[in-house]
Amino acid sequence: MSIAAETLPAPLFQVRGLTKRYGKRTILDRLDFDIERGECLVILGRSGTGKSVTLRQLNGLEPADGGSVVFDGVNVTDLEERDLFPLRKRIAMLFQSGALFDSMNVLDNVAFPLREHTAMGDEEVRQRVADRLQMVRLSGIEDKMPSDLSGGMKKRVALARSLVLDPEVVLFDEPTTGLDPVTSATIGRLIRDVQESVGVTAVVVTHDIPLARLVGDRLAYLAEGRFRFFGTWAEAESCDDAEFADFLAGREESDGGRPQNQQTGS
Amino acid sequence: MIDRLREIATKTGGLALLTVHAFAAMVRPRYEVGLWTQQMYQIGVRSLGVAAITTTFTGMVMALQTALSLPSLGIKYYIGTVVSKSLVRELSPVLTALVVGGRIGAGMTAEIGTMNVTEQVAALRSMASDPVKKLVVPKLVATLVMLPALTVLGDFLGILGGMIVAVLQLELTAGLYFNDVVESLTIADVCSGIGKSIFFGYFIAIVGCYNGLHAEGGADGVGRATTNTVVLAAILVLVSDFFLTKLFYVIT
Repeated sequence: MSIAAETLPAPLFQVRGLTKRYGKRTILDRLDFDIERGECLVILGRSGTGKSVTLRQLNGLEPADGGSVVFDGVNVTDLEERDLFPLRKRIAMLFQSGALFDSMNVLDNVAFPLREHTAMGDEEVRQRVADRLQMVRLSGIEDKMPSDLSGGMKKRVALARSLVLDPEVVLFDEPTTGLDPVTSATIGRLIRDVQESVGVTAVVVTHDIPLARLVGDRLAYLAEGRFRFFGTWAEAESCDDAEFADFLAGREESDGGRPQNQQTGS
Repeated sequence: MIDRLREIATKTGGLALLTVHAFAAMVRPRYEVGLWTQQMYQIGVRSLGVAAITTTFTGMVMALQTALSLPSLGIKYYIGTVVSKSLVRELSPVLTALVVGGRIGAGMTAEIGTMNVTEQVAALRSMASDPVKKLVVPKLVATLVMLPALTVLGDFLGILGGMIVAVLQLELTAGLYFNDVVESLTIADVCSGIGKSIFFGYFIAIVGCYNGLHAEGGADGVGRATTNTVVLAAILVLVSDFFLTKLFYVIT
């Protein structure tokens, strides 16, 4: 484990000029940001602002239309699908719906990356799966099918699956959307636990403010293809951007009652 | 109009690219024999009933039609020739492809399409697995093996169906009928029929998988993609059949 960059810890992700268009609509407009090793970055924003699109750029799931995403010295945007595979073993992703394979039971779902990418024996695989299920506090449900599970349980099984290869980064796409507040809090707690105990870097896309408060080391607020805010919670509290303040407080859009911040996005 | 043409060009190109990708993934280790056999069961064994009924009754109808429409020529002594030639070269491959193809092609699109709209295909990719290798290749291999197998089975059952009618309705003996079949049928006929069904199998699987991988927008999108598979697969089978017939007459 001798990492050359140890003397000079470079950010894990360096994103420069990232642009994404759908047809004529520009979703991401020249984004620049870094993600540090071991931190939890929360990307906030209203629905349809391109938060999930940003996340899908980090592991090359969607091609970019411009700019670069450098992960640990490798430019993700340059790579072909097959060349992305080594990176994706290190960057796990948790999907909004969980995206468990509904033709397989929980054991086969969680074991899937192990059977694909490691030479582990059957017993070892079972052991590892049981361990990860325990991590998300769902022991002993290996034989259940995804259709037998509640929404929150599916997400937790999916979390177990994303952790099974010991990834360095986990990308969370709306981990609490569609869950009740208590389950949401559980998921948030799990993300925090996993992040602290295993030391993974986490990127969380959400519009759930309590979740962001619980897990976020730094926040980014995405609007109209640009980050209107990027910084720590302390900085967020003192930020004078009206739209971001409204978003954090869960207020309706201010319509002239408050002076709109005039800082331009471009 | 321009949009429609662009759509057709996109689809043709997409099907060609998927073909290259799928065959490359098929020959690259590791070979997921477990997934392949599972699909063979799903595609082949579970289509047995519908394939058997189709070809048996087609053979029976062929025998009846031939004898009844040309009664004066003593043609009933050549029923074996007519039934076996038309079945083996034409009807068994085409009808099996149409009936079984509708069933399995729609199944492929529905399955892969649902996985696509529920992010399961993206999940595969995010876990460093190739959806083409995991989902498309097993279905393609299974169809390439099982459709010809069902066609050969259909050949037998259709000829048998013709015999039943010949014996019960037309008062031929089974021996006379089979003699005729064996004398007139050549290896070239059989190979031509099997050759066709391999091409048909390829069309059905590649269209079914392509439409699944490109289904968008929930249940509605999957439904539309599935309908498109059934129609497009049938058209490809019928149109390519004409050219394949010419091709196989030249070769054999």
